[in-house]
Amino acid sequence: MSDITAPSPLGAAGAPGTPHFYETKEHHVENGTLLGFWLYLMSDCLIFACLFAVYAVQGRSYAAGPSGADLFDLPLVALNTSMLLLSSITYGFAMLEMQRKRLRPTLAWLAVTGLLGAAFIGLELYEFAHLLHEGAGPQRSAFLSSFFTLVGTHGLHVTFGIIWLVTLMVQVSRHGLIAENRRRLMCLSMFWHFLDVVWIGVFTFVYLMGVLP
Amino acid sequence: MSAHTDTHSHDSGHHDHDHDDGASHSTLRGYVTGFILSVILTAIPFWLVMGKVFDSSSTTAAVLLGFAAVQIVVHMVYFLHMNTRSEGGWNMLALVFTVVVVVIALSGSLWVMYHLNHNMMPMSVHDMKNMP
Repeated sequence: MSDITAPSPLGAAGAPGTPHFYETKEHHVENGTLLGFWLYLMSDCLIFACLFAVYAVQGRSYAAGPSGADLFDLPLVALNTSMLLLSSITYGFAMLEMQRKRLRPTLAWLAVTGLLGAAFIGLELYEFAHLLHEGAGPQRSAFLSSFFTLVGTHGLHVTFGIIWLVTLMVQVSRHGLIAENRRRLMCLSMFWHFLDVVWIGVFTFVYLMGVLP
Repeated sequence: MSAHTDTHSHDSGHHDHDHDDGASHSTLRGYVTGFILSVILTAIPFWLVMGKVFDSSSTTAAVLLGFAAVQIVVHMVYFLHMNTRSEGGWNMLALVFTVVVVVIALSGSLWVMYHLNHNMMPMSVHDMKNMP
């Protein structure tokens, strides 16, 4: 409250030390949506932290079943990782086009991002189907339970991100790049890049460290 | 894509179009830098593991975690536009709090469960037979 100067009863306008009746500093951010969404992402981060902790504790409990070195196909994981990385940069391009208020390129880059995300999900489902086919389902061992929970939760996030992306593409093509749609696109941008950050932890901690002897 | 024309946004200083969304301006240079860095930081760990560069697993694991930490910071800075000024510093404050909680949860779980496993080590059949 020290930013509000006290009104002077004799204050002459224009004189030095003129009383001000407004606050001289901003006390709140203009748009709370992005901060609120960031807080949601941080709480999501805690969910993933719990799942990572479970995997860290149970990740070597194979119950005489297959281990990560037996199951994981690292070239496939590398391909998957590159899909997600590429989708991050293409979303970045969409955001740049959005800043320039160019509708068509924005939609095009969003579509590319969605396709790359769909490719990621497709590869992950292929991997899961392969594991299930080999009898390495989530019920096989504590390692596989925690693996499917962690990677599956991330995959679900990406799936809902794609649904959100398609929804926003419809919204943008209907209403254009209005302020509301730009705000939504920025929230999805944070969500998408956040999922990429989580995937860094997954491929390092689960896949790469999982195949180490 | 008309690529190399995007460095104007900070120089010319026209902020008339984004005063309502409150986000920091992203630039092509930032995204490309982040992408190249993250490709390098992804490729090296995969090469370390698939090429079996180190003999010791624990060395590889430590190096992998180091690369992951650096890559997470790269993504935060270049893709999520994290800095100490966004949203008046509240973004950074929330991030620091979350990181503290995550570190406590992860290291605490590992620490506790390691000691639990250590103290409740299942005995082999041979040990069971020789129990007093």
